[in-house]
Amino acid sequence: MTGLLAVALPGVPLLVGLVGLLLPPSPRGAATGEDPARRAAIALGVAGAAVALLAAVALLVRVGHPVEGSTTWIDFGGLTVTLGYRLDGVAVLVATAVAAVALAVQVYSIGYLKRGPHDDVDVDHRYPPYAAQISLFTAAMLTVVVSGDLILLLVGWEVMGICSYLLIAHDRRLPEAPAAAMKAFLVTRVGDVGFLLGIALLGVGAGSFRIADVLAHHYSTGTLTAACLLLLAGAAGKSAQFPLHTWLPDAMAGPTPISALIHAATMVAAGVYAVARLFPLFERAPVALAVLGVMAAVTLLLGAFAATAQDDIKRVLAWSTVSQIGYLTGALAVGAPTAALFHLLTHAAFKALLFLAAGVVIHAVGTTLMSRMGGLRAAMPVTFWCTVIGLGALAGLPPLSGFWSKDGVLAAAEAAALDDAGPAPQWVGWLVWLAGLLGVAVTAWYATRLLLRTFFGAPRDPLAQPHDPPGLMRWPVLLLAVPAALLGLAAFWGPFTARIFAPASEAELTGFGNSLVHTGGAVLLPLVLLLAGAGVAGAGWRRDPAADPARFLGPLRPVFARAFRLDDVQHALVVRPTTALARAVRTGDERGVDGLVEGSGRAAVGLGGGLAALHRAAVPRAVAGVLAGALLIGLAVALIGVTS
Amino acid sequence: MTFGQFLLVAVLALPALGAVAVAATPGDRAGRLVGTVAAALTLLATLPLVGGAYGWFAYGPRPPAVRPWHQVDLPWVPGLDLRFHLGVDGISWPLVVLTGLLTLLCCAYTLWRVPEGGGSGRALVALLLVVEVGILGTFLALDLVLFFLFFEVVLLPMYAIIAGWGGDDRRRAARKFALYTLFGSVLLLVGVYLVVAAAGTADLVTLTGGAGLPRGTQLAAFTLLALAFAVKSPLWPLHSWLPDAHTQAPTVGSVILAGVLLKMGTYGLIRVAVGVAPEGARWAAPVLGVLAVAAILVGGLVCLAQDELKRLIAYSSVGHMGFVLLGVATLTATGLQAALIGNIAHGVITGLLFFLAGAIKDRTHTGALAELSGLRETAPRLAGLLGFAAIASLGLPGLAGFWGEAFAVVAAVRRGGGLWTTLAVLAALGGALAAAYLLRLLRRVTHGRPSPAVRPLAPGLAGAELTAWVPLVLLAVAVGLAPTLVLSYAAGPVDALLGVVSK
Repeated sequence: MTGLLAVALPGVPLLVGLVGLLLPPSPRGAATGEDPARRAAIALGVAGAAVALLAAVALLVRVGHPVEGSTTWIDFGGLTVTLGYRLDGVAVLVATAVAAVALAVQVYSIGYLKRGPHDDVDVDHRYPPYAAQISLFTAAMLTVVVSGDLILLLVGWEVMGICSYLLIAHDRRLPEAPAAAMKAFLVTRVGDVGFLLGIALLGVGAGSFRIADVLAHHYSTGTLTAACLLLLAGAAGKSAQFPLHTWLPDAMAGPTPISALIHAATMVAAGVYAVARLFPLFERAPVALAVLGVMAAVTLLLGAFAATAQDDIKRVLAWSTVSQIGYLTGALAVGAPTAALFHLLTHAAFKALLFLAAGVVIHAVGTTLMSRMGGLRAAMPVTFWCTVIGLGALAGLPPLSGFWSKDGVLAAAEAAALDDAGPAPQWVGWLVWLAGLLGVAVTAWYATRLLLRTFFGAPRDPLAQPHDPPGLMRWPVLLLAVPAALLGLAAFWGPFTARIFAPASEAELTGFGNSLVHTGGAVLLPLVLLLAGAGVAGAGWRRDPAADPARFLGPLRPVFARAFRLDDVQHALVVRPTTALARAVRTGDERGVDGLVEGSGRAAVGLGGGLAALHRAAVPRAVAGVLAGALLIGLAVALIGVTS
Repeated sequence: MTFGQFLLVAVLALPALGAVAVAATPGDRAGRLVGTVAAALTLLATLPLVGGAYGWFAYGPRPPAVRPWHQVDLPWVPGLDLRFHLGVDGISWPLVVLTGLLTLLCCAYTLWRVPEGGGSGRALVALLLVVEVGILGTFLALDLVLFFLFFEVVLLPMYAIIAGWGGDDRRRAARKFALYTLFGSVLLLVGVYLVVAAAGTADLVTLTGGAGLPRGTQLAAFTLLALAFAVKSPLWPLHSWLPDAHTQAPTVGSVILAGVLLKMGTYGLIRVAVGVAPEGARWAAPVLGVLAVAAILVGGLVCLAQDELKRLIAYSSVGHMGFVLLGVATLTATGLQAALIGNIAHGVITGLLFFLAGAIKDRTHTGALAELSGLRETAPRLAGLLGFAAIASLGLPGLAGFWGEAFAVVAAVRRGGGLWTTLAVLAALGGALAAAYLLRLLRRVTHGRPSPAVRPLAPGLAGAELTAWVPLVLLAVAVGLAPTLVLSYAAGPVDALLGVVSK
């Protein structure tokens, strides 16, 4: 039964997605919603996500300790690839979060991708492929979560990438969407080069790609470090870690529900999840963990500072995602995968909530720019309170979920810094801890700014007539607000902690103990920083409620707004050299290699022409030639005759 | 004569007789119909060839290394000790079926649409069937001289297809194709006679494993044979006939060319070059590997700067075949199996890509990327299929293209050492390049606002188009989800081959 549920978990959304792709993509009447294909797509999408959620919940009840099941998929000359699942408490918890967010997004999209008050008359949302791609995306993420084989994990990993590509490019009215989609896929694909090589190293070493076999195999330190570093490249791409984070803010060109699905709750979590899944390997490769720690600290602060200066509400949230994933990888680097997974779950809840709430605001106002919002609190009370919960959790305000999980990350980093409790060198602990603490203050600052700029003060767009959303969009937001507020309290609940600690049970990884709750004096420090950050933002806003608190950043504002110009760096160091090289190689291939071929052809024709011309001679010269030839042959015969 | 032997002969006789029947049938459409029926019967005859008297379990530790499921072995020219020796095993069978399938799809497609500005559709179908005879014969031949003859049968009808039904610059492209591959054939001929003269037999079953040929002969033979097959595959830098031929060939010609004709090169490399001169293969493997990776990178980079649709797909073939050749070059079981499945996957996916590119060119009358834009606005289904084919071509895991490319890389990693590890890294980077140029293609062609050439397109697809494309789409998914479809029968023959190669 468990096996059946484990197969159904990704299988049902996959099937539903494939069927959905066969529906007519762009039928008549799609804009008005009066169309059978759209209705069928809605039914398929919602049903697929709902079945997946049911399966996940059923597994949550059944699965305590790890269970596995697999069958041989293909044997490549002694390298076995299996088709199998590997379930433990963490896998089912993450699967539940994925399925829940997917269901919320499917329902929310029904209302969001309808012709709104600000749309053109002939707008056509092509709903069937959209819903089918969400289903495929869900199936791919669930495959990553339950997979018991590295190759199967890679399948889900890349299918998720291509679904994100398709969904980001969905909105045909945005000219920047196709470029953003391409960037998202290519940047992650570059990371996946490393991921594939890492998997190849591990699989070749163990003679199998089954995760259980890989974890049980004893690699040499060199191989293990190389493999872990290569895997980190893939994880950095998917989880938007420096220096492969550049795709995520641009990916906001996708519809807002897609941002919630891809860029908050699931896809960016995949990298962290994969590292946590293989953590016993990373634990034995402190060099890889040190690299991860540096990456985490840079990403955490980079994302937080970039979020301070954005005017686009979705980009603030996108950069906050980059920053929060930095906390997750930081926790991994100091050897606390459980803390990372706890924050992953709470982050999934509050970030999905924030994106969906932001979508409501965007839908009501018709713009994503905060400079044209303001004063929405009165007109949209439901959205306002949900956003408050989401931002509070993001900043780590007790007793909301983010407080507990972020506190766990900081406590682990503190222990690694002060007591050298982690598997990585002690300085990694210091780096992550200090970056994390600074990040708390900055997060509080930009969360406060977002709230004030959007919901407080005077309305800056007099034409907009904002209102709370219709039921299809309101209920997902309201329901997501519950875990965003309360999930942190699960840390006090036995069954939850038993599941999230399950994979670590055989060898308790580090000295952080078996509890998710960390109380004591150390909790005060982040709280003080939180209040300081929020207070500074509030004070700045109070001085002039119409002006942007970001003005206090001064000359740093444009630098932060463009995220330290790393896009330009990437363009100068990777994109332009590659295209220049491509042009040069094309020219070389056409002129050089093919030129040689064409040249030899022309030379042969020329040579033939020359010889032909020689043969076209007048009679006297021809006669002389024949006689000369006869004379030469005669001479040769005579000479040969003499010598022999 | 057993049923299997009957089928072996039928697989060659049906298309041959079909071609004659097409030529004898009065009326253009009736002729095309007869040809399509012949192609369908051929495909039906290839299917039951699988398994049989010598199943995969018969591969023991003992030579011979080639043990066909079915074989026909008749004296042909007794004075020269030449035999008409055909056989099929796990290495050749998937290619035989693929050939049957693609020829059938091309004939069915021609039933619906004959390329404009060329000869009659009847003649085109007849030529396709003759090409099929040559390709199938190449895959089935177990006699080296017979192999060479079938290898050559393909050349002239293919020349005629390009020169007769191709694009504006067809004569030059066809001439280049014929002369260039003829150059390869000369090398093949010399190689074949070198081997036959030195070993005193042309029987591939006896020859596989080296047959006691001295080292020097093996090195020379491998060099000649590998060069000949490298032209056909094609391996960089012997590839430059391919972009011209593909760009100018009619749609069905491109499909056959990319889908199965190139596979004669890689199949020959595995069965003939590696099999007959294993010592030469071991000696030349690093060079082959380096050239294969160069093909992957050069193919990818050229595609990134390419601005013509069919030319881009043609160059992408250079890259994909680079992965296949890298797999062969590793001389490991993993690599050879990756090469076999890569062969099939490339045939299916690139066949589909050429069908789609042909459909786009037929509709818009241009292949320039600069003039194509916004296809998903006016022809969403065509754009969706193009998107699927491009995604399959970039090696998305879960679709057919993934296995061959990923496991060629894995095989290189498995081979270990500085050189092969470097090659693995570079090949994996080539995979990222493939994503870059295919997404660039999609962005240019399908996204954005419709260009003037694209605006008048009708959204629908013809029934014949769907009939030709749907099997390929399904195969790309099926082979991706269940690679055993291709590889379940190959493990035995590959192990047996490697048993004699690494001796």
